[in-house]
Amino acid sequence: MQMPQPDARVLSLKEQIVSRLRKVLPQDAVISDEMETRAYECDALTAYKCPPLAAVLPASTQEVSDVLRVCHDMGVPVVPRGSGTSLAGGALPTADCVLLGVARMTEVIETDYDNRIIRLQTGRTNLSVTGAVEDDGFFYAPDPSSQLACAIAGNIAMNSGGAHCLKYGVTTNNLLGITMVQMDGTIMEIGGKHLDAGGYDLLGLICGSEGQLGVVTEATLRILPKPEGARPVLMGFESNEVAGACVADIIKAGVLPVAIEFMDRPCIEATEAFAKAGYPMCEALLIVEVEGSPAEIDEQLALILEIARRHNPVELREAKDADEAGRIWLGRKSAFGAMGQINDYMCLDGTIPVSELPYVLRRIGEMSREYGLDVANVFHAGDGNMHPLILFDANKEGDLELCEALGADILRLCVEVGGCLTGEHGVGIEKRDLMVDQFAPADLEAQMAVKDVFDPAWLLNPAKVFPLAASESRRSVALAAE
Amino acid sequence: MRPETEADLAEMIASATRPIRVRGGGTRGVNLNGEMLETGGLSGITLYEPGSLTLVAQAGTPLAEIEAALAAEGQRLAFEPMDHRGLMGTSGAPTIGGVVAANVSGPRRVSVGACRDFMLGVRFVDGTGTLVKNGGRVMKNVTGYDLVKLMTGSWGTLGILTEVSLKVLPTPERTACIMIDGLDDSQAIAAMARALRSPFEVSGAAHLPNGMGDGPVTMLRIEGFSGSVRYRAEQLAALFADMGTRIESDADGVAEHWAQIRDVAPFHGTPGDVWRVSGRPTTGADLARRSGAKAVMYDWGGGLIWMSVPEGTDLRARLGDFDGHATLVRGSGQPKFQPEPAELAALSHGLRQRFDPRGILNTGLMG
Repeated sequence: MQMPQPDARVLSLKEQIVSRLRKVLPQDAVISDEMETRAYECDALTAYKCPPLAAVLPASTQEVSDVLRVCHDMGVPVVPRGSGTSLAGGALPTADCVLLGVARMTEVIETDYDNRIIRLQTGRTNLSVTGAVEDDGFFYAPDPSSQLACAIAGNIAMNSGGAHCLKYGVTTNNLLGITMVQMDGTIMEIGGKHLDAGGYDLLGLICGSEGQLGVVTEATLRILPKPEGARPVLMGFESNEVAGACVADIIKAGVLPVAIEFMDRPCIEATEAFAKAGYPMCEALLIVEVEGSPAEIDEQLALILEIARRHNPVELREAKDADEAGRIWLGRKSAFGAMGQINDYMCLDGTIPVSELPYVLRRIGEMSREYGLDVANVFHAGDGNMHPLILFDANKEGDLELCEALGADILRLCVEVGGCLTGEHGVGIEKRDLMVDQFAPADLEAQMAVKDVFDPAWLLNPAKVFPLAASESRRSVALAAE
Repeated sequence: MRPETEADLAEMIASATRPIRVRGGGTRGVNLNGEMLETGGLSGITLYEPGSLTLVAQAGTPLAEIEAALAAEGQRLAFEPMDHRGLMGTSGAPTIGGVVAANVSGPRRVSVGACRDFMLGVRFVDGTGTLVKNGGRVMKNVTGYDLVKLMTGSWGTLGILTEVSLKVLPTPERTACIMIDGLDDSQAIAAMARALRSPFEVSGAAHLPNGMGDGPVTMLRIEGFSGSVRYRAEQLAALFADMGTRIESDADGVAEHWAQIRDVAPFHGTPGDVWRVSGRPTTGADLARRSGAKAVMYDWGGGLIWMSVPEGTDLRARLGDFDGHATLVRGSGQPKFQPEPAELAALSHGLRQRFDPRGILNTGLMG
């Protein structure tokens, strides 16, 4: 993975940049010491590291605006950062950037249950949004698996999803308004507390733009009344094909479970060894969860079980109480940890049409053998969002490169069958160079034209999302203009 | 002009020397200058996979064709697009491209989302004649910028849609409607907020101050499996026991009520301008008072207010500053869309210039 050469002019200006930042921020909000900037050298894609020129931790929208104005004036790239949990390198700094972290902006500004909204600063973590409203019977639906740590700012930048988005949608479907600061320091309000914003859907455009269009400092989110209850059921099948057919039949029958999770044999074996959840040893396992009152849950589960039985399951396990429900989820929730115990792993995130599941799983198995690297699959089956985990050994020469090559081939396969490179993690640097496999030059040009409008100098998170070759002319024009 | 293929369309736009106005079914009552370009030649469902909940269709496909194909598999467009013909006094057949271009959503928007929330992918030809695709046909996709959302509701001003792909949902087995009679606007909005705050998954919350001409009625809709609908209807009725509720559970009757709300039936054939005001739900009654409108109708728990005012009324001046926006749906004496604050207008204008640098697409609307 390449990053652009740092701009020597910016590097040489470090002292002036830091001194101007110190004029607009409190002393402890500007970090320039080389030991301390290390804390920001990477996100959760830890294979790539680079400390920023400086890091800033503004505490308000106005401070964010002041910082961006300084950087804009001096032609300094800015990399925004939520909590640094990106698996795609979305918050990876460059040596010539100011890293802007929103970690000090965590206030809840307003909760309004009659209108079912919460307004907050975006440094707040995903799980603590639900934490702020759950005593009053509400929750915030998008639930990425990093929800304990990840910030709403990052969720908005990446349009994060989660296990329950089959029913509740992803971030963009739950975002009503934002305060955003443009690279030149302009502060703007987009959307609001009403359901549909007027004019072009700028909110929809900004959500998922990976911090390249502006820094979102405040957000109004839709919160929902908590369902009366939820209950999972576990099913084991003798092949991926049968499990895939069962998923399609459940969906066609008109049930809309909140989650349908899929694990294949390599994943079941690894998690059993680690978490001992008592999963059956079979080729494919589904966990299906439904919500409602006890009677409503019974009604939906009866239908789901009837469908499952038609597919000759090797195991059907209902949860009779919270304890049993917990055990059904235990293996799934510890799947990533289990993989980490065995090996280093890389987690992919391609999405495919649900109908292509059996074919794609078979092809992944073949590719895994060709490359000599094990792949375990655990994913959200209802929406086709795959998470193949490629196991490798970081200490073995060439293994990371081999793993990246296999990962790229699997993602190309996802595109080939009508899917996409990333369902919820984002492009970042990780999938940047594969964008040409999904998009024609005109498609990328249209997206880059949007960035031209919001950030004409290409200073915000400039080396992400688009292949470096495709964005080079824009980035170098920006540099030459300084 | 009536292109039969994407390539035809690209060529027509690239070589155009005059403004073009795009027309799907011509039912939304938008009158613009320019040479008419009809999308009816780009028609047909390209892919429908019920098990994947996805449908892909060319933009000029009649909505009725799509709804029939979905109904045959027990599925539907959950965002319940409004049929504008009754309100606008138009005829013709609405197209899926028109629905998407105008982000047309109905009463269920309050629970499941708007048209834009069900959009998975687009193909369009921009104002230079370049074909662009974005998104795809899968349910979760964060690959690159979301131009799908940008195109949805852009009224053909950034490009002309050639193909759209949508998430569809199963049609529930049963539906029921809880009716409360006699509430005034404020009481009705409070009742709707209470229902929407409950865990009983209300999929429609509307208030008609004059009913269908027979006194105020507030309606709450629930949908799902039989046992579940029965249970939730009872729970909701119990919540409002002191107000005297009725439960309508005849499927055709419920469907008829909500079609009337969706299509703003009380305003069909009435004189004057019709505005669509989107605001914070609990401010609905106050907005209605400020408007001085002679007739109003609330949907989305009060978050959407239809207002009928004398022709040429500057409704925005009457509403003053509020959290939301007003669109002139029927009438022509005022700008159709709420003017944006300067910093947003600059972005909209910038986008328009990038996607339609000659300003030839639906000139006069947006950006």
